[in-house]
Amino acid sequence: MEQVLNQNVIDAVDLKHKKHIRILIITGFMFMVYLIGSIIHFDLPNLAKKWNKDRASMFMLDIYAHKDHIKMNWKDPQKIDVRFEGGHRHVYKDDPTWLIRNKNNQSTIVNFDNGGQFVFFPNRVEMRNFPNINEPFIFKLNKNGKPYVDGYVGKESMLPSWMRATENKVEVRPSLYERLQVYGSKVEVHRYELGWKYFWFDFDSPLVGKGFLDAISLMFNDDRVDPKISNFNLVVNEFLENEIWHHNTVLFAMVETLLMAILGTLIASMVGLPLAFLAAYNVTPLSSIRFFLRRLFDMLRGIDMLIWSLIFLRAFGPGLFTGIFAIAFTDTGTLGKLMSEAIENTDKKDKEGIQSTGANKVLQHRFGIIPQILPIFISQSLYYLESNTRAAVIIGAMGAGGIGLHFLGALMTGNDFENVAYMAILVLVAVMCIDTMSAKLRRLLIGIEDKK
Amino acid sequence: MYSDNILGFETIEKNLKAMAFKRLIYSFISILAILFLLSSGLTIAEENNAGSFQRGLSKFFDYPVDLFKEAFESGWRWYAYVFKYLPDLISTINMAFFSTLFGAIFALLLSLFASKNLIKNQYIVTFSRRIMDILRSFPELVIAMIFLYLMGKSELPAVIAIVIHTAGALGKLFSEAIENADNKPIEGLQSCGASWWQRVRFAVIPQVIPLFISYTLLRLEINVRASTILGFVGAGGIGEALSAVIQFRYGDEIIAIMFLLVITIISLDYFSRFLRGRLIGDNK
Repeated sequence: MEQVLNQNVIDAVDLKHKKHIRILIITGFMFMVYLIGSIIHFDLPNLAKKWNKDRASMFMLDIYAHKDHIKMNWKDPQKIDVRFEGGHRHVYKDDPTWLIRNKNNQSTIVNFDNGGQFVFFPNRVEMRNFPNINEPFIFKLNKNGKPYVDGYVGKESMLPSWMRATENKVEVRPSLYERLQVYGSKVEVHRYELGWKYFWFDFDSPLVGKGFLDAISLMFNDDRVDPKISNFNLVVNEFLENEIWHHNTVLFAMVETLLMAILGTLIASMVGLPLAFLAAYNVTPLSSIRFFLRRLFDMLRGIDMLIWSLIFLRAFGPGLFTGIFAIAFTDTGTLGKLMSEAIENTDKKDKEGIQSTGANKVLQHRFGIIPQILPIFISQSLYYLESNTRAAVIIGAMGAGGIGLHFLGALMTGNDFENVAYMAILVLVAVMCIDTMSAKLRRLLIGIEDKK
Repeated sequence: MYSDNILGFETIEKNLKAMAFKRLIYSFISILAILFLLSSGLTIAEENNAGSFQRGLSKFFDYPVDLFKEAFESGWRWYAYVFKYLPDLISTINMAFFSTLFGAIFALLLSLFASKNLIKNQYIVTFSRRIMDILRSFPELVIAMIFLYLMGKSELPAVIAIVIHTAGALGKLFSEAIENADNKPIEGLQSCGASWWQRVRFAVIPQVIPLFISYTLLRLEINVRASTILGFVGAGGIGEALSAVIQFRYGDEIIAIMFLLVITIISLDYFSRFLRGRLIGDNK
């Protein structure tokens, strides 16, 4: 059967299509204008220029490597000490195997894994045997006490690109893992090695050098390392009181952040649900109460978590309460609104069935409404728990404490990037744990989650 | 009519009671667990907070009242402050809008590869999902602070952070929407010999586009809040202005900025609900 289209219909479709195309072109044009404007506004073309390459490479290097500082004062060349990350309290008592002191000609050799050497002499520093560097460079001090590269005075531009000589400092960096700085007063060598050293046990700990598995097996070993306390306590104490990684404070801060999220969400759901009943028209006949509660929910929700946390910060000071209440207040509004809508959408037949048995109002709500909204309530609360874990980190950084504040602090000091990375990984793990746990719980309690 | 092997009423009653009892025990245990968590958590909070709960509670209204008092005393000048911070607000909203847009584009690309009904290779699907999980897991603030450190203070690090988080969060929702889409149009096009891209373009996208826009609008709302917070750590916009006036304790200006923020968030909420209602078709 052949159908002949009416010319009018074709015209109408054509017209509509043309209109559609026109709207599309106009939208596309506006979109392009906005895009170009914004790209200029946010200065995207200069992205590469803004990217601080030195900082970024230092940051990355510090995340996966650690360094030892070898320092010599020109005034007292025999006193060379080796410090872990340059810390005041982290001076090695015995020389590492890569440091060789030669008493005969008063020199000290710092060996690197690639065969390269920096050699300290009382009046100069030599650089030897680095791969692909044939010329032996020598660094000295001139009469005015300023450092210079021997043979390159006045020809600083001829120096290789990995060396920089200024008036007060000569900086040498053959590769990322070796660094020499010569100042007028001192010489400092940084020697990088891969890995997070002293992560489990601290520099001064009796258990220094033990790994995770060693520590676990030591825990259940009867031979006491320290006769005064049991091995189990010793291991736990020494781990927590690690001065370089601060496990004690960092882990407690993480617990604080999780507590903020969990307690905040709990309080919000416990307060939000009853209020939601009062705000639903099929439960509360009084419209004035409903109106009041609706506006209350709007207010709690509309004032952002940031503002709530600022207000609570003034009242409670930095700490858990600020985080808990900021989360609880915001989410009482959100959950209350969501749940009151869910209550209004319940099937009223259930409630009428209960009513027909002569049950009172409370029982009607308990058995007529709650079974219908419970799955929504549980799954929404768990969703809020997930997002609040992230929010608690953020509120923490605003001043409420917890891991957020520690993270901000470690980042601002600018040289503890391994701690920054440690905390970032901790946050990532915690967030993922909460996400999977809440997904599991949701499936367990509701059982209708799997759509596949 | 009834067969003989059907359970007797006594057995049914017994089973029912046993089940009810089991449920009662479960609820009892979970209520106990929640109460324990609440009490122990609040105890820890009380011990580790800078000030005690009761003292804090009595001071709760002090700060807002002081602020409002100061705002009231400044009189007509207060309205000028509202306009003074309007450009900052617009810059924050623009930051959120731009990064939501870009994040949604990345999310769309990622979600196409994370949907089982579009990609038959299981490894690609799992790989894209894990990428989205990782992108989503970091709070924006953590990424933003690292980028702020590496790139100096400007709006760009915040934009990058929000784009990363948005791509992960929206990507998950998008891929779920795609997987829930009706398979029949896809099969229909496949039967006509349509290519992969044609199937996506004419069978999948028309089905999911209203949902996508609605999710993106919801995300825009979240991102406006996020970009305000990122301003607080140095990304510019109204967040930075707020942090400055809080440090200088200009109560009237704090109230002006808070007023702008609250108005923005509430109106954005209503606007996006209105748009979403029109798109999805249920006006609620």
